[in-house]
Amino acid sequence: MFSWDLLANAVVAGVLLGGFYAAVSLGIGLIFGLLDIANIAQPAFLILGAYAAYVMNSAYGLDPILAGIAFTPVFYLLGAVVYRVYYGSFERRGQESLRGLVFFFGILFIIEVSLSRKFGVDYRLVQAGYIGKSIDLGGIGISFRYLVPCLVGVAMTLALYLFLARTFYGRAIMAVSQDQAALRLMGADPIRIKTIAFGIGIAAASLAGALLIMIAPVIPSTDRDYIGRMFAITVLGGMGSIGGTLVAAVILGVVESIMATFFGPSWSLAVSFGILLAALAVRPSGLFGR
Amino acid sequence: MTRTRVLIAVAVATLVVIAAAALVPVARAADPIKLGFGMALTGGLSANGKPALLAVEIWKDDVNKKGGLLGRPVQLVYYDDQTNPSTVPGIYTKLLDVDKVDLIISGYGTNLIAPLMPIAMERKLTLMGMFGLANNEKYQYPNYFQIQPAGPDPQTSTAIGFFELAAKQNPKPQTVAIVGADAEYPQNALVGARELIKRYGFKTVYDKTYPPSTVDYTPIVRAIKATNPDIVFVASYPPDSVGMLRAAHEVGLQPKIFGGGMVGLMFTTVMTSMGSLLNGVVNYDFWAPEPPFLAIAGVKDFLKEYQARAEKAGVDPLGYYLPPYSYALVQVLGQAVEATKGLDQQKIADYIRANEFNTIVGKVKFGKNGEWAKGRTLMVQYQKISGNSIDQFRGPGKKVVLYPDEFKSGNIIYPYAAALK
Amino acid sequence: MRRAWVSVLIGLVVVAAGVALASLRVNPYVYFAGYVILQYVVIATAWNILGGYGGYVNFGTPAFFALGAYTAVVLIQLMKAPLPVLIVAGGLVSALLGLGIGYLTLRLRGTFFSIATLALSVVLQTMIINWEYVGGSRGISVIRPSGPPFGNYVVFLFTVMLALAVGAVLVARFIERSWIGRGLAALRDNEEAAECMGVPTLRLKLFATTISGFLLGVAGAPFPYYVTFVVPDSAFALDYAVNALAMPMIGGTTSWMGPVIGAVLVGTAQQLATVTISSDLNLLIVGVVLVAFVVLAPEGILGLVRRLRAP
Repeated sequence: MFSWDLLANAVVAGVLLGGFYAAVSLGIGLIFGLLDIANIAQPAFLILGAYAAYVMNSAYGLDPILAGIAFTPVFYLLGAVVYRVYYGSFERRGQESLRGLVFFFGILFIIEVSLSRKFGVDYRLVQAGYIGKSIDLGGIGISFRYLVPCLVGVAMTLALYLFLARTFYGRAIMAVSQDQAALRLMGADPIRIKTIAFGIGIAAASLAGALLIMIAPVIPSTDRDYIGRMFAITVLGGMGSIGGTLVAAVILGVVESIMATFFGPSWSLAVSFGILLAALAVRPSGLFGR
Repeated sequence: MTRTRVLIAVAVATLVVIAAAALVPVARAADPIKLGFGMALTGGLSANGKPALLAVEIWKDDVNKKGGLLGRPVQLVYYDDQTNPSTVPGIYTKLLDVDKVDLIISGYGTNLIAPLMPIAMERKLTLMGMFGLANNEKYQYPNYFQIQPAGPDPQTSTAIGFFELAAKQNPKPQTVAIVGADAEYPQNALVGARELIKRYGFKTVYDKTYPPSTVDYTPIVRAIKATNPDIVFVASYPPDSVGMLRAAHEVGLQPKIFGGGMVGLMFTTVMTSMGSLLNGVVNYDFWAPEPPFLAIAGVKDFLKEYQARAEKAGVDPLGYYLPPYSYALVQVLGQAVEATKGLDQQKIADYIRANEFNTIVGKVKFGKNGEWAKGRTLMVQYQKISGNSIDQFRGPGKKVVLYPDEFKSGNIIYPYAAALK
Repeated sequence: MRRAWVSVLIGLVVVAAGVALASLRVNPYVYFAGYVILQYVVIATAWNILGGYGGYVNFGTPAFFALGAYTAVVLIQLMKAPLPVLIVAGGLVSALLGLGIGYLTLRLRGTFFSIATLALSVVLQTMIINWEYVGGSRGISVIRPSGPPFGNYVVFLFTVMLALAVGAVLVARFIERSWIGRGLAALRDNEEAAECMGVPTLRLKLFATTISGFLLGVAGAPFPYYVTFVVPDSAFALDYAVNALAMPMIGGTTSWMGPVIGAVLVGTAQQLATVTISSDLNLLIVGVVLVAFVVLAPEGILGLVRRLRAP
């Protein structure tokens, strides 16, 4: 049964969800989109970030977003270490395709199983003052539980975009994704640049994980729901385009939201997969890809 | 070179250790009676599997303190089924053919009982089922008995109290919205709900399902609110129960009666984190710390022992859902063994089928297909919860039993909105 | 050619030994555990045809395996089809899936194929959950046919799976030594160069995906009769995904022997661990060992052995 009111609400909810999905996909947009490293362990780092926020929130009552931000240096270092191992074992020897993928899959697996051993499979949630409240704008309800992650997601996207466009290291990262040899000739060490980029990508996962646990309770296997979404958004948006990631994320969010409201939510998971396959078949470079 | 050699040595050593551990025979005490089972100690159902195991262990200790069964000590032999049905045939074959257990019980949950049925039937064993829905409907095996008090009609058992309460209200509510997760228990509950809606003459205005991985419940709840239902019946698993309830509060969904078959709301971690968001919800349950249940002989001692051990075991600290029933399950088996004075599977089964048992959850009698002869799914309402402390849930008053009458401990606050104040 | 016949003969001898073991009726637990290990031999061998020989990583093993299992469920429900029909049908349906996914993504880079297979399991599981005929999310009970050979259905399944394992290994060995294997090796090492040399890369890749899918479906088809209760979570279990990767990588990906070694070692260790230590830990150990091998000993046990032999 259709009504404009319902449609408007579905679209708005979808846009908010899209902002959150953008936060989730930024890391992969950087690591896979720009550096061309198929880090399929990214969803596991996302969940790891969610659990880190949970621990801080339940032990010290720390607001989840603050906890997420506080953990970014830790995750940055973690990302740097992971990249170094990856580089040393695979990239240097030119074997990234098979072994690198398996390596990341192993990491994904180890993180997920370790989390379930440590925390069990009970659903974990966070508390914060603004979760559970909502505001009403002319018939359209907006809940803070979605609004805050959306705003943070947009802020993250903007910050990353500016970083890549305006700062030295940011531009170096863009350069490394285009032409490594030229970069070396210009005096910058591509390996160091890639380490920084990978670290940033994983740090983004930490903050996105904190947003995730604000929206819904998590268990260790929640990461599998995001694999499809992350890569669908990156491919649809275009490899290497941060702005494209945001646009694709909003598109995915709105389509999922409309499907859920009008056709029943049973198939919304297939939406991301369908979008991924369609993008790969029709326009693999995505909407804004290079 | 040395590095690869070290690797090989480590790999071989690991395998040798594992093989040795498997083959070394376990030292045996004075001819014990062995009770074997698989249990969900890891995986999706471990949140209930681990407390169930703890309850069985407490029973074993209680029985052994009084001299054991038939004068012999009881020994538990169990393995983790990882909530994966495909491990069950292997586990029970090992229990029966290698460990040579005398008695078996099932693991926790419909999916883990199902693969056990053919094995039990083939070997003509008595099978005590721990919380499975309609496992015996296809097989109609006479030696199967199930401890979840769903009763002879498992599909309507969850919802019947809910819709009966709704129908009793004055003026009678008219419209119903039903929604549920794409998973086994919720789907069964929805089938039952549809039947009951017809029986009580309600009108369905919304009937949809959603995948368990849904992140955003707001569109669903909004769509439900748009149909303006008097009654909202939800059949969900723990994460969606939480998500739906939160979304309902945010969207301002206030039917006259809300709840139904929401699994997980009764888990202690969920109760403490949801706090007052639970107020007014009318939900199914099997046990509540209300006077009619606390008065049953033996349950207070059991809970005291359970709660003392639960903290260390890292399981649900209150144990107000599955543990009393797990204990009751092995109580029935133990009493049957004593009464038939032996371990003959057929005699035990015949005894269980023919008699009524006194357990810590009350009187238990089995009927058709091994289910309870008379169903006892409760309808409770969460009332007057404030804040998030666990202590308010220890005793009566916050989860009032509304149905059935013989266990009623309070009155419904109707409509739903009245309980939110 | 003579070598091919010798290997088939050896294979038949192995199957005959299995049949003898079955008629001896030793402790039933052996057949239950043995079935699982042999199942993994098929799965690991199947995965390796595409992954080891061709260099294309399939993360969606559960999808292919479960599709074989559910095809069998449908045929059992429809017409109580006999086991050989189930096996062939399960294999064909999974082969089609492999062909489809391959066709959509293999024209692009291998990474996209892997990502697509990663998401494939989740989506296929959602579709099965919504399909009431096969039980949907509730799962479905399957009753074993009566009067099996050897008197016990699981013992019978053990011999069937043994025959399938031998068959899968023979197929892999044949591919490895034929021009198909050489072509796959060429495109694994450098796809562009292989293209330039005239190797029909797309057709080889599609062939490998299809055969791999076929064998995975074949491994899954007897599953309903083994477990008698099929539910999506268990048919699509993560165990299949990680073991399908770990077993060939640990054993060695360049030859048919690697997956067999890996499956027997890891499979046996897992069966022992299920009934000794906690089983969550056992999966974690597989993950750690996998990463260790990938980083330190990428050629697996076969590679280590080779390095030990050659000075």
